Amino acid sequence: MTELTLVQAVNRGLFEAMRQDPDVLLLGEDIGLNGGVFRATEGLQKEFGAERVIDTPLSECGIVGTAIGMALYGLKPIAEIQFMDFIYPAFDQIVSELAKFRYRSGGQYPCHVVIRTPYGGGIRGGLYHSQSTEAFFCHTAGLKVVVPSTPADAKGLLLTAVHDEDPVIFLEPKRIYRSVSGEVPEGDHRVPFGVARTAREGSDVSILAWGAMVPTSLEAAAKLADEGISAEVIDLRTLVPLDEAAVLASVEKTGRAVIVHEAARNAGFGAELAARIAEKALYSLRAPIARVTGYDTPFPYALEHLYLPTPERIESAAREAVRAG
Amino acid sequence: MVAGSHPKDIWATATRADGMTSARVRPATVERGARAPAGVPDARRVEAYRWMVLARLVDERCLTLQRQGRIGFYVPLEGQEAAQIGCALALEAADWIFPAYRELGLALVRGVPLETLFDQFIGNSGDVLKGRQMPNHYGYRDRNFVVASSPVGTQITQAVGAGLAARRRGDAIATIAFFGDGTTSSNDFHAGLNFAGVFRAPTIFFCQNNQWAISLPRAQQTHSATLAEKARAYGFEGVVVDGMAIDEVYRAVRQARERAVAGDGPTLIEAQVYRFGPHSTSDDPKRYRPAGELEKWKQHDPVAGFRDELIREGRLTVQDDEKLWEAARAEVASAWKTAESKPPVDPLSFLDDVFAQPTRELEDDRRRLAALLAQREGKP
Repeated sequence: MTELTLVQAVNRGLFEAMRQDPDVLLLGEDIGLNGGVFRATEGLQKEFGAERVIDTPLSECGIVGTAIGMALYGLKPIAEIQFMDFIYPAFDQIVSELAKFRYRSGGQYPCHVVIRTPYGGGIRGGLYHSQSTEAFFCHTAGLKVVVPSTPADAKGLLLTAVHDEDPVIFLEPKRIYRSVSGEVPEGDHRVPFGVARTAREGSDVSILAWGAMVPTSLEAAAKLADEGISAEVIDLRTLVPLDEAAVLASVEKTGRAVIVHEAARNAGFGAELAARIAEKALYSLRAPIARVTGYDTPFPYALEHLYLPTPERIESAAREAVRAG
Repeated sequence: MVAGSHPKDIWATATRADGMTSARVRPATVERGARAPAGVPDARRVEAYRWMVLARLVDERCLTLQRQGRIGFYVPLEGQEAAQIGCALALEAADWIFPAYRELGLALVRGVPLETLFDQFIGNSGDVLKGRQMPNHYGYRDRNFVVASSPVGTQITQAVGAGLAARRRGDAIATIAFFGDGTTSSNDFHAGLNFAGVFRAPTIFFCQNNQWAISLPRAQQTHSATLAEKARAYGFEGVVVDGMAIDEVYRAVRQARERAVAGDGPTLIEAQVYRFGPHSTSDDPKRYRPAGELEKWKQHDPVAGFRDELIREGRLTVQDDEKLWEAARAEVASAWKTAESKPPVDPLSFLDDVFAQPTRELEDDRRRLAALLAQREGKP
């Protein structure tokens, strides 16, 4: 065990994956000499060389298209998109190609690319360095969507992603890259996909969150405890595949659900969670399902503290749910 | 079929077709000191012609089948047979093909059985792709023929990636991306050529400039004098070849392949051809093409032109030719008959291959759909 920040844990995960398998290689912008704009790839080019840690020209469709070609040939590329906000030039490659290769070929061409990208707000990044658009990818059949919230999970889920057989969108909550640290197991630490983590146990209300919203939700849960409200915090870890059973079990226990995400509310992944709860646990509910989310606006710069869910907003939603029944 | 010689003034014809001046189009260049490879080798010339005839007949048959409602869609290649067959013969079996949706000629030469292609066009139980894609969007891993998609250009960056992967593995192969004139305006064309230039990828970019991107003529696609010259901006060679002349295509591809395998980087080849038919069975070229243009290009029909060459070379007689067409017709008819008699694809199979292992949700869907189908069948 070593105490690491989340971004250091990503870095250790990459070191581990590259040591394990010579077919693993990285490609992206400024990831080599510069070690990535967030230093997630620090030291990797020095250790593994420029043939395996490849600084590419500035083209996201080029990065992902090239990574797909490498994967089809049998390598295990990990592509870095510098910010999730810049992933859109590669959207066609991700949605039309990466997600569909196995399917459209009748299973002849698996296409295992891991795309790592920092996402989310809270770093004063404005419109184009803050977005949280996981719903686009969850909506696309064929992609796995992973969002760690702790250093140990960052490493463990990343190593699972590298060893998976399907394409993975690996979303790194950049807001807590350095603000969160924790014990991270050494070596080949793996955390399975589709298994949610109970970040805090509780009995009155279930708070469902992922990524950077997990520590925010835990903060809210701690304050709620002071008021005598016992909140359970479920960290989904992977949105696809979803640990639906864990969500339903928690909601059936507490009878109340508060869904928290940074992304805009309209058609966010929270809507999917709300629908699943309504379909399969409606009669356990004692209060309407609540969503605490970003607003249906573009991501604002100066007022991001109002846009992003805060412990205060989560507490208020939880209180209301408890009051309702 | 139009008999006659293959005149040297084809570029003048091209000029009249798309408004360019003939001076702006130049023939393939040969690097100084490089040995210019010969055309299609003697032993393969009649075979090449046979593939061209077969492709022509598959086209003819499939256009009819589509009109009859027996296949849903078709993308013809008529007019582009020399470009495709010449290219295919110049490649090695280990080279990876990244096709667009018009590359039937390549698939035939690669040894994909006609029946297998027809299975795909129908989407029946014999379809390797399990009925997932429209006709012409196929791929066969055992032939190093990567599965095509409809978005144009996406295969270009992928071909570069596969080329780099092959080099990393120490495999002395080339990868080759196929696309048309319209695709040279796409993101992936520019990203792919740029990456290939920077990383010296062992990749060939094979553009069949068939003069029309559905309804947009070549002159409105780009202000560049040729498509091939775009390669220069990315630091490697682009060549223009007469795509109606199989030997020219063969030579250019052979040379590009040698360059790729030797580690000397990528090449862009612009094969100038003409799409005799529609873009697909969903459009009517009469709406957009000037009158008389098709007729001018048909004077340079690649199949007829090559037949006449083979007759002049003494490799083929008129009688041989008749027999060859007859045999090819019988082959097409027989393959179609077998394909059409196969049962439909398993109805539950569309739920497979989304992931390596189905999610719980997909397993639930499968159970529900199976129950629904059983109910329809009147089973409990």
